[in-house]
Amino acid sequence: MNISEQWLREWVDPPLSTEELAHQITMAGLEVDAIDPVAGAFSGVVVAEIIAAEQHPDADKLRVCQVSAGGETVQIVCGATNARVGLKAPLATVGALLPGDFKIKAAKLRGVESQGMLCAEQELGLSDESDGLMELSGDAPVGADLRDYLQLDDSVIEIGLTPNRADCLGVAGVAREVGLLNNLPVTPLSFQKVEQSIEDTFPVSLRDADRCPRYVGRVIRDVDVSQPSPLWLQEKLRRCGIRSIDAVVDVTNYLLLELGQPMHAFDLDKLDGGIVVRNAVAGESLELLDGQTIEPRDDTLVIADANGPLALAGIMGGQASAVSDKTRNIFLEAAFFTPVLLAGKARSYGLHTDSSHRFERGVDFNGQAEALERASQLLLDIVGGKAGPLVEVVSENDVPVRPDVTLRAAQIKRILGFELPAAEVERILGGLGLGVTVVEGGWSCTVPSWRFDIELEADLLEELARVYGYNNLPVSHIRADLVMPARTEALTSSRALRRHLSARGYREAITYSFVDPKLQQVFDPELDPVALANPISADMGVMRTSLLPGLVSAVLRNTNRQQPRVRLFETGLRFVPSADGLQQISTLAMVVTGPRLAETWSSVDQPTDFYDIKGDLESVLALSRQAEAFGFEAGQRSALHPGQTACITYKGQQVGYVGSLHPTVVAELGLNAPLYVVEMDLEPVLSAILPKFEELSKFPEVRRDLAVVVDKSVASAELMSNVRAVAGTYLTDLRLFDVYEGKGIDPKRKSLALGLTFRDHSRTLSDDVVNLAVDQVIDSLEKNYKGELRN
Amino acid sequence: MENLEPLANEAKAAIEAAEDGATLEQLRVDYLGKKGQITALLKGLGKLSAEDRPAAGARINVVKQELQDLIGARKSSLESAAIEAQLAAETIDVSLPGRGQSTGGIHPVTRTIERMEDFFAAIGFEVVEGPEIEDDYHNFEALNIPAHHPARAMHDTFYVDETTVLRTHTSPVQVRVMENQQPPLRIICPGRVYRCDSDLTHTPMFHQVEGLLIDESSSFADLKGVVEEFLRVFFEKELAVRFRPSYFPFTEPSAEVDIQCVGCGGEGCRICSHTGWLEVMGCGMVHPKVLKNCNIDGEKYSGFAFGMGVERLAMLRYGVSDLRLFFDNDLRFLEQF
Repeated sequence: MNISEQWLREWVDPPLSTEELAHQITMAGLEVDAIDPVAGAFSGVVVAEIIAAEQHPDADKLRVCQVSAGGETVQIVCGATNARVGLKAPLATVGALLPGDFKIKAAKLRGVESQGMLCAEQELGLSDESDGLMELSGDAPVGADLRDYLQLDDSVIEIGLTPNRADCLGVAGVAREVGLLNNLPVTPLSFQKVEQSIEDTFPVSLRDADRCPRYVGRVIRDVDVSQPSPLWLQEKLRRCGIRSIDAVVDVTNYLLLELGQPMHAFDLDKLDGGIVVRNAVAGESLELLDGQTIEPRDDTLVIADANGPLALAGIMGGQASAVSDKTRNIFLEAAFFTPVLLAGKARSYGLHTDSSHRFERGVDFNGQAEALERASQLLLDIVGGKAGPLVEVVSENDVPVRPDVTLRAAQIKRILGFELPAAEVERILGGLGLGVTVVEGGWSCTVPSWRFDIELEADLLEELARVYGYNNLPVSHIRADLVMPARTEALTSSRALRRHLSARGYREAITYSFVDPKLQQVFDPELDPVALANPISADMGVMRTSLLPGLVSAVLRNTNRQQPRVRLFETGLRFVPSADGLQQISTLAMVVTGPRLAETWSSVDQPTDFYDIKGDLESVLALSRQAEAFGFEAGQRSALHPGQTACITYKGQQVGYVGSLHPTVVAELGLNAPLYVVEMDLEPVLSAILPKFEELSKFPEVRRDLAVVVDKSVASAELMSNVRAVAGTYLTDLRLFDVYEGKGIDPKRKSLALGLTFRDHSRTLSDDVVNLAVDQVIDSLEKNYKGELRN
Repeated sequence: MENLEPLANEAKAAIEAAEDGATLEQLRVDYLGKKGQITALLKGLGKLSAEDRPAAGARINVVKQELQDLIGARKSSLESAAIEAQLAAETIDVSLPGRGQSTGGIHPVTRTIERMEDFFAAIGFEVVEGPEIEDDYHNFEALNIPAHHPARAMHDTFYVDETTVLRTHTSPVQVRVMENQQPPLRIICPGRVYRCDSDLTHTPMFHQVEGLLIDESSSFADLKGVVEEFLRVFFEKELAVRFRPSYFPFTEPSAEVDIQCVGCGGEGCRICSHTGWLEVMGCGMVHPKVLKNCNIDGEKYSGFAFGMGVERLAMLRYGVSDLRLFFDNDLRFLEQF
């Protein structure tokens, strides 16, 4: 909310500079976002009157004006279309300085002398745009300094109010705070109530009174809407960011800014029957003041007459019943709408207005009559007319009830950590408008009708802390019993995992959890991902079912930026819909592309292959001390190379994939080298077992090597596990130390070289024992894999 | 005996001239071996008279010892020369870089979260995580943000459906902990959060670390203490910290925390929009309604909560100028951490 400092100081005028005042209210919870001067920096501008205006002899669009500026008459050449005789406008005299260090000098325009410049609002930094000269009021004193006349030495204080402080959405509310903070009295609003001079009323009924418990209205006849708002009113509105429209609208806006009470004026002659405040009925339509026509839903409160909706209650008036330049009679109204029942309605129509902003947060539910009286007085002063009686329709049962709140003195110490003298408690709460009564152990407080955020003791504590000053409150260190937390050792920490991958050359990436559905489709065509109802953009439309789309995109961005070698990993949730509902699964993913090693003197430029990433993954899995719990089996996954993909299993359950990106996907994405990926559940990666000591054998080991030729289709891992199973209990280590295909071997077959190590705990193994085991292995290889020993 | 001296001289010259171990060994055999010439002289002592024998034996033995020492010395000299030669031949350019994988690195967001976790772990906070697709109840209702509450507009929520959202903060994790555990509680909840907002200074996903402490006697003074201390250890600086009243539906009293600008020390600069202050976190005493929603007795227990944006703090700590870099995963960015 923007508030004029001058206006605020009319209510309460603490001996503080603008900056000090802004800091003070910021520290009280009314955060000042900006302080701006209400006008540009200028000097030498005076009120002037055009006393003659003639066409410029050599320029169609210029006029030569004789202008009185108090002293002698000066000649000004001016291009504004509203430069007419009798107009009072600002004159920048010769020597004047305008915003932007623009110095005014005497000049000739198309051969005609001009001794100064008549100014538009924009040229004085009074508005962002303007059309023609600024028109000053007819009673403006010619020759007066414009800054003095308009009191332009003022600042706009922009306050970013939190939603709980609707009471400060008006000058009066901010003044209340400033008064309390400075221990100064606030000038009460005082004005002469208008005299009722006619008996006319307009009927009002509240059909859905829970939403509108109070509605105050008054008929005013014979207004002269041709009367412009006085300059002081226009200026106050302007400084608070509201454009002047006509006197009637301006006055209602003035009350919005002064007391925070939104108001509305109808053209009485366009109303039919009576006002009914009710929920809309399906099929009704309403043209709003902003020109759009809506069909209010039946959950929306409207102000209607016999012919249908006139206004969206608390949000915006309608075009048809609005005050126009032909209006003679008006019906002025102020209402209270129940915040929780109005909340969200404006937004649901794509609207947000000064009214809805205030009503949703809470307008003083006892303030309508006063606001209406105040508005009537201002209106009659400006546009004249005869006022009817003020009619208030109220549904007492629906007016908010404010239960008293008890504050226990002990709670101040307990929650805020300090003691506040009783007198100070009473001064602060009283200053906020609460009724404070001393009771046993504390105070009982009545809550004013403008505070919608005080219902609990905690709310009162906040008020005390806020006004006393958060930074004046004590600071302490927390104290607690030092208890050691349980920590399971059978776990690899995610930190250790990240460090490990980092040591193997991977950089951690963080990619968005929402991805492009089209790219994700490539990886998980069978899954129907969780879609966002309101995504930021279509290419961030669905929640990832895999970390790979994000990581692959990150690789692509890097390779497009001349980074051919990329090794990334990410941990995070993937969101997988399943028969048991949505699963949010912690996941590890790795991607590798480009040369195996960074370019350096010691390595030839070898491209990464499947076994690089698999080796990195195996080294991660080894952290668990149960590498044997993990298996790799040839597998298939969409987007991956069918001949270079393995399913990762953990204790027999499938937990992920390692593989090469499918060459067609590589080509479609525009990658220029193969890309290898790992994606697996994080939980098995982090599972681990405790180390368990085994006695060291004192006896020597015996090693036997076998080279066996088998079909290429035989999976080495399966063959190895078969060897392990048949080699007997003395086998302590089994290694595959060579794989050979090619010359000397049937092209459909391959040679696997196995190193078997045997050892016993209690004796040196004899050749017979070892030979027996090796023979069993050879038999099994022959039988199960058509394996032949290679000579 | 008269040939002892020429023999010794001849042997000495041969030893000095020997160029390798094998020649030396041959010389040893030739002179000092069982059939060696010096050995022969010793054997010939028997022919001498008893008076001459001791003196002659002593002379021969002196020569023998001399030759043995010379052979030994020559041998070690040859050996060390060989090693010198080998070492010279094997000398490499030690300034060349080492071989193998280059080291990767941890994302700055993770790095920042880990530091935060460490500070809080040191004073007994446990790290807890939770789901990112949340139900409306845990993200809003339980935190005293009913439907249509104006505070919801502060959150720019991503919706999956009417009752399911992407969590807008990590506070629902706190709710889940409070629902399942009785105080005392000291937890911090790091993680991804989502807001439907994207521009120069907002990304639709970012990270928060939120903390919660509930105990029998925790006060706003304790909250101030924890927050001030954290900010000082995080930035490794004695910086001014101020608390401003603010509003969060789930805390009462609520505060925003500003620190003296780390860019200019409070003088005013571009980073702090010339205010000298940087808003870095929100905090407050847990709202009695939140405690009640989680079945915690607000008369017995009180507590505080705080929350901060990880990227924001990382930007200030490391001088990162553009928030969006965190999720672009450009190696040139990642390699800086």
